[in-house]
Amino acid sequence: MTLNRRSFIGATAAGTLALTAPAVIGQARPKVVVIGGGAGGATAARYIAKDSEGAIYVTLIEPTRSYYTCFFSNLYIGGFRELSSIAHSYGTLASAYGINVIHDLATGVDRDARTVSLGHGGTVAYDRLVVSPGVDFVDGSVPGWDASVQHLMPHAYKAGSQSELLKAQIEAMPEGGTFIMVAPPNPYRCPPGPYERVSMVAHKLKAENPTAKILIVDPKEKFSKQALFEEGWQAHYSGMIDRIGPDFGADNVEVRADTMEVVIDGEVEKADACNVIPAMRAGHIAQVAGLTNEAGWAPVVPATMQSQMDENVHVLGDASQQGDMPKSGFAANSQAKVCAMAVRGALTDSRVFPARFSNTCWSLIETDDGVKVGATYEATEEKIAKVDGFISQTGEDAALRRQTYEESVGWYAGITADMFG
Amino acid sequence: MGSRMRISALAAGLLVLLPGPLAAQTLQGDTERGEALFSQCKGCHQVGPEAESRIGPHLNGIFGRQAGAISEFRYSKSMQRAGADGLTWDHDTLGAYLANPRSLVSGTRMSFRGLKDPQDLADVMAFLRSYSDNPRDIPESAPTLRADDPDLTPEVLAMQGDAEFGEYLSAECTTCHQADGSAEGIPSITNWPSEDFVMAMHAYKQSLRPHPVMQMIAGRLSDEEIAALAAYFEDLAP
Ligand SMILES: Cc1cc2nc3c(=O)[nH]c(=O)nc-3n(C[C@H](O)[C@H](O)[C@H](O)COP(=O)(O)OP(=O)(O)OC[C@H]3O[C@@H](n4cnc5c(N)ncnc54)[C@H](O)[C@@H]3O)c2cc1C
Ligand code: HEC
Ligand code: HEC
Repeated sequence: MTLNRRSFIGATAAGTLALTAPAVIGQARPKVVVIGGGAGGATAARYIAKDSEGAIYVTLIEPTRSYYTCFFSNLYIGGFRELSSIAHSYGTLASAYGINVIHDLATGVDRDARTVSLGHGGTVAYDRLVVSPGVDFVDGSVPGWDASVQHLMPHAYKAGSQSELLKAQIEAMPEGGTFIMVAPPNPYRCPPGPYERVSMVAHKLKAENPTAKILIVDPKEKFSKQALFEEGWQAHYSGMIDRIGPDFGADNVEVRADTMEVVIDGEVEKADACNVIPAMRAGHIAQVAGLTNEAGWAPVVPATMQSQMDENVHVLGDASQQGDMPKSGFAANSQAKVCAMAVRGALTDSRVFPARFSNTCWSLIETDDGVKVGATYEATEEKIAKVDGFISQTGEDAALRRQTYEESVGWYAGITADMFG
Repeated sequence: MGSRMRISALAAGLLVLLPGPLAAQTLQGDTERGEALFSQCKGCHQVGPEAESRIGPHLNGIFGRQAGAISEFRYSKSMQRAGADGLTWDHDTLGAYLANPRSLVSGTRMSFRGLKDPQDLADVMAFLRSYSDNPRDIPESAPTLRADDPDLTPEVLAMQGDAEFGEYLSAECTTCHQADGSAEGIPSITNWPSEDFVMAMHAYKQSLRPHPVMQMIAGRLSDEEIAALAAYFEDLAP
């Protein structure tokens, strides 16, 4: 290290200064533009700015001023967290790391000119572009559902007002009413997410509306941590939760938002609250930028997270198609650090080390009953490949489960500090 | 004899701070000598028919007992965590703890510097074992100390880590361990003496410490990488 922490603070001050005098200093510095200030984008922006110690000029484009993490949004629905506790702002990234945060939507990418156009007009030039826009939903994947009915049948798969809405609709269910979740097909963001959500909804109903029922309509045969969830549901919410799989027609579902009906293989079920999680694809801007394949995801080079379509562009997180890693916040954060190193190596003469990735996903089943699954990964020629992994076991004792939950709280504090400074 | 071989492998593995070579000598535990040596523990621990917990928990049936399991005793947070993670006292784990308590349980309240002599260690363990109900003679089944692991030699421990490499590697850690040292559900790892850090990481790597996340993470770190991380975190000022 040539610079210690103290001189780094100095460098940051210089970085911030540069914002006010871009013509003088900004010109000489290589420019990185990051689209999307979520788990992948915020982490990448912070690491590139922090580790380049002001040598790279970083612009972060993100429309929202408050980022609500999807992680722990289920715990908000269950009543374990306040909504405000999962909201994060970009103030520190701007003030302490000298990142130029633009609150706007990226609407286009000209990869030849290397510019990004903004919703409110204007363009931003880049030497390297990092794209981490998360997911969008596939139109028509659940017939009867599109964004125009998301106020009636929320997805709550992007956190914030959608999470609030779903929670309110669960609270408004009549006594003994029915909550239906239409679960997504693979691949989708956060494999255990829908089932953690069911657990949290059950936790809430058990206290507030104990005769209510939960029905999961699931197009998949199996799901993440299935044995752990099923064991927990049996132990904590016996008789409340039913799941219909594809063998009973759950892969042939249609919804009618105006009458709150779900039609499963021709059979009509009435819902009092209905959570539709449609099929997913890479966030729209990835497609606009020409970075996606037929499946709707953006294929990347494993060792650097560079787009396979353009070496000046990196794609992170849920939007990328990289191999074995799940679409999780942990994974996006892990990929962002590999990307940050590769970007610095390409634009400055900093050292480049071998890529390494890891992931752990915790889920809360009931108060103090947490479980986890995780793995480490390496970049091979064709994909990010899983090396080693672990998963919580069924039948674990209560102390271990409580500790696992406490760890997840620690992880949340850790990853959000790692993203937003 | 499997068990004794294990102790010596362990000694070679974790007693690395000792001067002089500890190479694979086979150690026979001597119960009587162990009883005499137990005087070092007596100020805090009792063992035998009337034993009660005092400054430290009683040590009856310690082999096969989960760490931190005596309900009326107030253990440190670290010991409670280790117990909840599934740390159970067997030859390898007890040997590691008695040789250097903090290598296995960082925040342990047991203020005892450790039994630095491998023979003393073997003797005390032989003595304690006579107060365990099922003193299995050869606990070979314990899934610890992977045979293919290189032993942790004094050179490995003294290895000067590349802090810049450590900084890169640390990015994997700060998703969970906060860089500013705050600890909430996950312990702090900043500002540790690098030797303690290296010991702790190797204890995970050798599966002596039970936690699955940390075993996985440490399991794929090389000696150089652990040294690099230790060098980086040692100087990480909050
Ligand atoms: C209910 C639920 C629970 C979850 N639980 C966990 C968990 O416990 N652990 C875990 O690791 N993961 C969890 N996840 C998954 C995690 O939230 C995602 O995998 C992660 O957020 C992906 O990061 P990302 O950077 O790809 O996308 P995001 O974090 O979604 O960030 C994308 C950002 O890009 C912005 N954006 C989109 N388009 C544009 C544009 N055109 N211009 C500018 N900005 C744009 C968006 O506003 C957004 O802020 C959960 C997800 C859900 C839904
Ligand atoms: C200065 C007091 C002290 C001395 C000396 C001491 N111990 Fe301890 N010991 C403790 C305390 C306190 C604990 C509980 C540690 C914790 O909670 O972290 C403990 C814990 C232990 C445990 C774990 C018990 C359990 O229930 O998990 C063992 C085994 C042990 N000691 C053995 C020994 C042996 C053998 C010696 C002598 C070689 C010894 N100790 C010397 C105080 C002491
Ligand atoms: C997925 C979350 C996670 C990641 C990533 C992680 N750790 Fe840990 N770490 C933990 C947890 C949880 C514990 C407590 C384990 C236990 O109970 O033994 C821990 C414990 C430790 C300890 C022992 C602390 C103590 O007080 O005994 C050290 C040292 C450590 N980790 C180092 C690291 C290093 C170095 C890295 C990165 C290479 C890392 N960890 C990455 C979760 C993590």
